[in-house]
Amino acid sequence: MSATVADLASLAPDLEDAGYRRVIPCLDVTNGRVVKGIEFVDLRDAGDPVGLAAFYDAEGADELVFLDITASSDSRRTMVESVERTADQVFIPLTVGGGIRSVADMRELLQAGADKVSVNTAALANPVLIDEGAHVFGRQCIVVAIDARRRPDGSGWSVFTHGGRRDTGIDVVRWAVEAARRGAGEILLTSMDRDGTKDGYDLPLLESVAGAVGIPVIASGGAGTLDHFAEALAPGRADAVLAASIFHFGQYRVEEAKRAMAAQGVSVRMAQR
Amino acid sequence: MTTRRPRIAVLDYGAGNLRSICRALAAVGADPEVTAEPLAVGAADGVVLPGVGAAGASMARLREAGLVAPLRQALDAGKPFLGVCLGMQLLYGHQEEGDTDGLGVLSGRVRSLGSGVKVPQIGWNRVRLVTDGPLGPSGDEHDAYFVHSFIAEGVDSADVVALSHYGEVFPSVVARGAVWGTQFHPEKSGIAGLRLVRTWVGLANAGEPLAPVTAVAQAIPA
Repeated sequence: MSATVADLASLAPDLEDAGYRRVIPCLDVTNGRVVKGIEFVDLRDAGDPVGLAAFYDAEGADELVFLDITASSDSRRTMVESVERTADQVFIPLTVGGGIRSVADMRELLQAGADKVSVNTAALANPVLIDEGAHVFGRQCIVVAIDARRRPDGSGWSVFTHGGRRDTGIDVVRWAVEAARRGAGEILLTSMDRDGTKDGYDLPLLESVAGAVGIPVIASGGAGTLDHFAEALAPGRADAVLAASIFHFGQYRVEEAKRAMAAQGVSVRMAQR
Repeated sequence: MTTRRPRIAVLDYGAGNLRSICRALAAVGADPEVTAEPLAVGAADGVVLPGVGAAGASMARLREAGLVAPLRQALDAGKPFLGVCLGMQLLYGHQEEGDTDGLGVLSGRVRSLGSGVKVPQIGWNRVRLVTDGPLGPSGDEHDAYFVHSFIAEGVDSADVVALSHYGEVFPSVVARGAVWGTQFHPEKSGIAGLRLVRTWVGLANAGEPLAPVTAVAQAIPA
């Protein structure tokens, strides 16, 4: 008997799209070791990305990002090993970024067990890399990371590269739209102005980019209190929040953050439902 | 008490990253083998058809590899089968993507997600059981990780184990005996996903006990 959509809906009349907003801890990794690894829990090795990844998985993290902050070729080889070891034990999506310059680099990390790769400087130097990656692996695999800094004259934000040291002069919103058109599946948007300040995410930046692209935006830079997450995830802003130090230093636990977000009306997935 | 590791053929037909599903199978006590060998389908205790990619190209590759006939035979015989994402969709008949026919083992067809939502759906969503079975009682819910642009429609409601909602209701787990399909990726759905894989591996193991799920817990601090 063929069931229509209405027939199926009648089996679960109150079932709705969960509409979950995502919480994504970011681990800065160099030469296979986590920089600023968490020390407030009893991990055998606080610098081991695998143990940290498993910890965050158990805490209810929705995805994980490994960012290679040295991004040398030696460092990327050790990153491949870290990804392989992590993917053996952690069964949530993993994004890897830092120093990815080619489709071959992408393939190496995806074959090691990454689900997505994040490109930044190389995509600005060679935007076709986005098209190629999306064509070969599917757009759901391609995250374009954008480091944004507010222009002194108030005319919006400029794209910075090389870890936020070099001003390209390119407008952030224009680049986000181009990245989406070329095949980016998500935009990872970092406010260089807010990064490390704990003053909260740059909300006008999130609104400008989210309003211009039809793909998910991940907010990064500035999380200092639990209220900052819910602010960033309000309608018209981000679909996900990335955070590093707020979790690594034990100021807040992921589960605690999610409870606070739920209390403010943000739909979040609780650990191991 | 003896335990054994059931041999699971994970079909490699160019459908992308197979390591994740192999790791999930290994973590729950199975012995996965990536293969494109038609004879392996009949010899294995169970078959997994993973899937990322396009239906038209994927069916063409299954045909070229000589896998369609052994797959149909195994499915008709009720051999334990787990189709993941595109692998679930290929259990059905007409596929909008590529305007091609799937394996046609289950009645229904596959079409793109409707308008008004971001497509593909990428991310976690709720899965609700709508029938009592090995995954739990009707009404139970868990969360799972989805990456897809297409859904099954016009399906036989007797095959529907669980539903999800993304702009509209769609089947997220289907089963006929030990032939299972999941629209989500159980290998990326944390503990709930591993439990599903383990339950299915148990069917492929003909009732013998499996080693406990430990791989995930090992690195988690007390």
